Amino acid sequence: MPLGGIIFITLFIGVFGVILIYLARWTGGRAKRTSAAKMEIYECGIPEQEKKDTKISVKFYLTAILFILFDIEIIFMYPWAVGFREFIHSGAGPFVFGSMIIFLAIFIFGLWWEIKSKALEWD
Amino acid sequence: MMNMGTTPFEITINVIKTILVFLMMVQLVPILVWVERRGSAFIQNRFGPNRIGPLGLLQLLADAVKFLTKEDFVPDKGNKYLFYAAPIFALIPASIAYMAIPMSTPLIVGDSKFLIQGFEVNVGIVFILGVSSLAAYTILMAGWGSGSKFALMGAMRAAAQIVSYELALGLSIVGVIMTYGTFNLSDMIAAQQGALTFTGFGSTFTAHFLPNWGIFYQPLGALIFFASAFAESNRLPFDLAEGEAELVAGFHTEYGGFKMLMFFIGEYGHMMIASGLFATFFLGGYNIPYTTVQGVHDWLMTTFGLSVDGANIANTVVHFLMYNVKFLILLWIFIHVRWTLPRFRYDQLMDLGWKTMLPWALANTILTSIVIFAASQFAF
Repeated sequence: MPLGGIIFITLFIGVFGVILIYLARWTGGRAKRTSAAKMEIYECGIPEQEKKDTKISVKFYLTAILFILFDIEIIFMYPWAVGFREFIHSGAGPFVFGSMIIFLAIFIFGLWWEIKSKALEWD
Repeated sequence: MMNMGTTPFEITINVIKTILVFLMMVQLVPILVWVERRGSAFIQNRFGPNRIGPLGLLQLLADAVKFLTKEDFVPDKGNKYLFYAAPIFALIPASIAYMAIPMSTPLIVGDSKFLIQGFEVNVGIVFILGVSSLAAYTILMAGWGSGSKFALMGAMRAAAQIVSYELALGLSIVGVIMTYGTFNLSDMIAAQQGALTFTGFGSTFTAHFLPNWGIFYQPLGALIFFASAFAESNRLPFDLAEGEAELVAGFHTEYGGFKMLMFFIGEYGHMMIASGLFATFFLGGYNIPYTTVQGVHDWLMTTFGLSVDGANIANTVVHFLMYNVKFLILLWIFIHVRWTLPRFRYDQLMDLGWKTMLPWALANTILTSIVIFAASQFAF
């Protein structure tokens, strides 16, 4: 891993971004005349209706959990995929192929169950 | 600096090169904005920006000046630190992921070898996927930091959409990895040289009329990858994160001026990553169709009478141009699709991601593994 380069450019972009924001703050100026109405968050032409603890549908939470479950399973396939041809060349092809088919069957069952239990219905 | 070179000369060149790639990427954004505005005008039978400079090209400069004169604004209810940090963090994942994509053959000068990319990561795909999906955090930071319900709802939608399509995107790449047997993007491009050749079932088939591109091995994977890339970069028809009709402007409702511009750079950066990756996986990267890198090198030496070093440099330039042709055509497709298709409804979007694209990507993976396995076991 070219760690040095990645750390360097991350810091560079961070500094670049901070400079841009300060530059825009300097040329544009801070708000000189403020009022309560001006500093309010956007609302469609009426006084602010709700605080930021707006209720968020639990579906988003569920989606995030399902994402973690499935993403880990997909990432688990990556090492298998990259070594698949080498395993076949070394003669371990049927075993590696068969075990991944079993894993995929469990994966597909999980997906089927998730769809059947209406975890993905957005109403 | 680890792995940035061994001599001070190499380290200096590599540092400058990394910064240049970043600046090149940032510079491309205003040009893309211009292309997008002119292109949308062309599609919708309008003129678009045509007053400032030739063809309205200086509009970008005028916009930048306007951005600089905007008053700095932080809403009272917002979290100031998150509000300022979000645009900076939006720049980082997009740029770093783009830098791992190889743009041309390595430039060899004397004993030094310079890669035409920010840095080479051996596990290229995993790195790019991992880093570019950090964008979900920046969107949530912006949504939460704004303290506005429109921003928060837009951010939640964007994050849920990005993670959902991440699955289909990640799974569509498994077939590509299986085909090439490597995570390294340069190795993948090297495997796509020459004419289409398929080895398996105990013999070798060659189709001389087609280039050896990944899209011919993975047509379904390419389709799923391309569609998920639209959702990952929050572009129409998947731009539910900022559906104006429902959410004002989504997660950047409270932003303006340069901070807004930085989100723009992030969004276009994700488009560039998607185009670059699609070119690398499926369209042969920087390869010129039907040729090999060595073949072009030899041709340059014999035709123009160049020395080996001169031909190396010319080779790099030629391949860099070829990469950019593919890259820019793909970016234009992104823009053309945006102005052609209408937006999805949110439940349709999630259904498409989870119930259509994920199973098809799974089918592609299984099909690819079966074909590769069968091709090695049986012979005609």
